[in-house]
Amino acid sequence: MAAVDLKDVRKVYAGGVEAVKGVSLSIPDGSFTVLLGPSGCGKSTLLRMIAGLETITSGTIAIGPRVVNDVEPADRDIAMVFQNYALYPHMSVYDNMAYGLRNRGVARDEIERRVAEAAKLLAIDTFLERKPRALSGGQRQRVAMGRAIVREPQAFLFDEPLSNLDAKLRVAMRIEIRKLHNRLKATSIFVTHDQVEAMTLADTVVVMSGGQIEQVGAPTDVYRRPASKFVATFIGSPAMNILPGRVVAPGVVETQGGRLVFDRATYPVTEGQSVDVGVRPEDLDFDAAGDGLSYAHELTEELGATRLFHGLSSGSELVVAIAAAERDRAGERVSALPANVHLFDPASGRTLRA
Amino acid sequence: MVEQSRFGNLFAYAVLGLGIFVVAFPVYLCFVGSTHEQSIIANGQMPLTPGPLFFETYYKALFIGTSGTTREPVWRMLVNSATMAAIIAVGKIVISILSAYAVVYFKFPFRMAAFWMIFMTLMLPVEVRIYPTFKIVADLNMLDSFAGLTVPLIASATATLFFRQFFMTLPDELIEASKLDGAGPFRFFKDTVLPLSVTNIAALFVILFIYGWNQYLWPLLITTRDDMQTIVIGIKKMIVTADALTEWNVVLATAMLAMLPPVAVVVLMQRWFVKGLVETEK
Repeated sequence: MAAVDLKDVRKVYAGGVEAVKGVSLSIPDGSFTVLLGPSGCGKSTLLRMIAGLETITSGTIAIGPRVVNDVEPADRDIAMVFQNYALYPHMSVYDNMAYGLRNRGVARDEIERRVAEAAKLLAIDTFLERKPRALSGGQRQRVAMGRAIVREPQAFLFDEPLSNLDAKLRVAMRIEIRKLHNRLKATSIFVTHDQVEAMTLADTVVVMSGGQIEQVGAPTDVYRRPASKFVATFIGSPAMNILPGRVVAPGVVETQGGRLVFDRATYPVTEGQSVDVGVRPEDLDFDAAGDGLSYAHELTEELGATRLFHGLSSGSELVVAIAAAERDRAGERVSALPANVHLFDPASGRTLRA
Repeated sequence: MVEQSRFGNLFAYAVLGLGIFVVAFPVYLCFVGSTHEQSIIANGQMPLTPGPLFFETYYKALFIGTSGTTREPVWRMLVNSATMAAIIAVGKIVISILSAYAVVYFKFPFRMAAFWMIFMTLMLPVEVRIYPTFKIVADLNMLDSFAGLTVPLIASATATLFFRQFFMTLPDELIEASKLDGAGPFRFFKDTVLPLSVTNIAALFVILFIYGWNQYLWPLLITTRDDMQTIVIGIKKMIVTADALTEWNVVLATAMLAMLPPVAVVVLMQRWFVKGLVETEK
């Protein structure tokens, strides 16, 4: 296993499109890092550059102590799991897993040992003779992972490997991938646009947007302390409410719909400063005391465990999420605890956190 | 089915039956003619039932030949035709699968120009370029040889196009996975592309074998020796201008024999043929 180190990595395509705009990132040995972002944010390009499937326009990529910019994909000692699995359709499961080892001239009994071991680990040892065509989506996924595991690489790269599975299987495979990681402790880089996958799998989440890194941090970090409006609204479902406002008194911000109290120690802002106020739907509650923001109810969404109230606060849309058992109808005013009120710079979108 | 009524089915069967009759009756007549005496056919009193001379005529055709312009026995022509058709089919497949592989998977300058030049040869079948091609073959001393018979027919835009379209349906991840698995271009071709193309190759072999077998104009120009002639040319040479001198029963028997190998190829490879054109293993 090895650490992966990116220094100011850029990718400019032949047409002049800059897909990755100078990314520096250290992925420690043995960690599970998730690259998260909407489609077109450059996360897949970055992964493919690490794999060697895309050329690097500038900057360096190192796997372990070795800079691999000019190293062929096969010689980078990495293994990749593709979105559509990319299994060889004409080869049996066994051959699919053994192929890469055979090409490297690994001894026959060593191949047999490694394939048997990986197959047992992934519970696919009963259909090693089958062709991929005869397998279900989840089984193919396991074979694709087995093909990576037998290589015993320095790092595992996953390119949205769960997005072709149905919702139920996706949850199951997600848990298995994490269990597998806990077992193998292999450096893993996982690309996804699904924030739930990112939150559940990652040691470190790297949120990307427009070819740049928005925030690097533990899952709770990016959720609790988003570094920008982009991260705040991308992580969490439903998305964080953002309302334009102005600081009117120490620790008090006023929006069109009313006032909210924030933590002065966390946000050293000056009075009169324009800010964007962010509050997560799950941090809002209807307040009987008559304080907080005005709320005009429009629509209720039932999710079973929670209930989503969609309404307007003086023209701005507002979503409130409350445990279904707690409340069944909307109130007229909403408020949040000061610790849960986030402030962002309206121009740059960055957090105003100290 | 638009209509399930009995009349609807009857009508369909009638049309199909008529079609079969139109196609099969001349073949039947050819077979009947090959089992009668030459004089009966020459008299114009062609019967509609097979005669008694089946074994005699076919034995004569296969192992003795006519006493007219070409004395070669037909087995020799069959061997020549089969050799030519097989070389053309295999040659076309090998050349076109390699050129399609190059055009699809390698980035080189003028790649698309190369592809379009291959494509343009569709407009230049051997009949169009017959004089220059003949001149070259003659200058290279390839007249009356299998090389001269087959090489000018081997270049194939159709097969290249066919393989190109197939390769483009293979997912890109397959080549990327191969790269990560340490397979270079040759290994990727041998281990992945070729096995996936098997049904396509089989389908193409059927089409190209029949194409080669049916060649007429080119072998007619290139072969002068009797022992090099193909069966299609042989039939033509057996027919003497004076109708009464033509051994019609032997000619018809030869025609029957000429039909058998292509039919055998189609029948034996039908399953693969349909598979190759309809479904792909991906």
